[in-house]
Amino acid sequence: MTADDVRRTILNALQTIAPEIDPASIDPSADLRDATDMDSMDFLNLVLAVNKELGVDVPESDYGRLNTLDHMVAYVANRMSATHSEADSA
Amino acid sequence: MSDFRMPSLGADMTHGTLLEWMVKPGDQVKRGDIVAVVDTEKAAIQVEVFESGVVEELLVDAGAKVPVGTVLARIEPLGTPLVPPTPVERPPSPGARVKASPAARVLAQERGVDLGTIHGTGPDGAIVREDIEAAAVPGAVAAPAAPAAEPAPSKISPLARRIADDLHVDVTRIRGSGSGGTITKADVERAAAARERAVEPSAAQPPEAPTPDRHVAMRQAIAAAVSRSKREIPHYYLGARIDMSRALTWLEAANRERPVPDRLLPAALLLKATASALGKFPEFNGFWVDGGFRPGDGVHLGVAVFLRGGGLIAPAIMHADGKTVSELMTALADLVRRARSEGLRGTELTSATFTVTNLGDRGTDTVFGVIYPPQVAILGFGRIAEQPWAEEGMLAARPVVHVSLAADHRASDGHRGSLFLAEIDRLLQRPEDL
Repeated sequence: MTADDVRRTILNALQTIAPEIDPASIDPSADLRDATDMDSMDFLNLVLAVNKELGVDVPESDYGRLNTLDHMVAYVANRMSATHSEADSA
Repeated sequence: MSDFRMPSLGADMTHGTLLEWMVKPGDQVKRGDIVAVVDTEKAAIQVEVFESGVVEELLVDAGAKVPVGTVLARIEPLGTPLVPPTPVERPPSPGARVKASPAARVLAQERGVDLGTIHGTGPDGAIVREDIEAAAVPGAVAAPAAPAAEPAPSKISPLARRIADDLHVDVTRIRGSGSGGTITKADVERAAAARERAVEPSAAQPPEAPTPDRHVAMRQAIAAAVSRSKREIPHYYLGARIDMSRALTWLEAANRERPVPDRLLPAALLLKATASALGKFPEFNGFWVDGGFRPGDGVHLGVAVFLRGGGLIAPAIMHADGKTVSELMTALADLVRRARSEGLRGTELTSATFTVTNLGDRGTDTVFGVIYPPQVAILGFGRIAEQPWAEEGMLAARPVVHVSLAADHRASDGHRGSLFLAEIDRLLQRPEDL
């Protein structure tokens, strides 16, 4: 799965949570919760979708690293490749 | 013979539009069954019947807007020996191993859906929540589609129907993609988009026009409720700051142990503390009616949910005082999801005995609520933010939440209100006991 796939999955999840937001209008380097007016429940649902769709369990202590769309994509892609290389070396 | 009337789904509701009947004459209904979907100015609501019986006659057609109290249907009560007994819920037979997620089982029981009749779409064919929701879509009780001679009553979810109304989409021309051919929100939106692409001058309905209407209606409904509140209710206000460091430390530790779907938000702790405190201060939990206070028949916590696209709605978590923190979290997530999509039930809009407004972590420090009549109090939580905190001669930075109480001075006084807030504070200092 490429970073683009990760981005697409996240944007799809975001659309379910905030249907009125046009994904193309999101500045990938802006604060994501400000840009989409997500409350803590919405954000939890996004983390839940990332967990369900991509198999990445984001600990609460890492929420701060998901502050923009770019950061979120990088974090998730990084965690996914880390899981893969662990599996390869095992 | 008893009358089933257009319910008042809140102090702000004067009229309701009957969107859809879920029953037809001759159907047997039991107390709590959803018999109709009603559109208030705020949302499509599933309305339950309060008496078991047989539907004799439907008096109002789908699509009609009628005043609250209008008789919608006549129901012949059960009770004569000739009538077959109300079907009881079948206990799961021990032999049948139906794979289903725990959440799906709970939901199936709530909605009265037989797991044995459902095709699961989860891993290994397990039944998941979405399957139950699809199966419990109200339209699913409609008769099988008739041949095309006359437009068959399409199966359609209440949300999809509302959107179709808003966008002026003809649902009889849509093929549903949901379970059993049910028309979903996505189907309607696709149909609307396809129509826009077609740019037919005949499809002249401006698609953007209805949304402002809905928005205006929502504002009017809120205006009616808050105006009545400020006209009739002599509010008094109290505020306090609560140190949340113990509660948040406990929450962080709890969440480290929990998989993502079971994680808690601070709101769950705030609701739990509120519900518990209301048990000790019943004068805040109930209604001011006919010149006197009537206590609530339980602690049913109304939770103000802001709706994307504007407005808010405050459905209730029923019997919140009997729920654990985890159960309150589940109930809250479920309520917010349903408030923003579809499927709030009438009782959830009419049963709140007290309301909490929680601005969450992106709000301001303080919120002073407007009491939702005929309730007698509302509690407001601002965002939890790090603030200077003095204790035992020391100054430190701590996570602090401002809590405010707006209460009806006819029903209570500031002294009791202060004690009520102090009790919430006390409870939040011992999160492990909540």
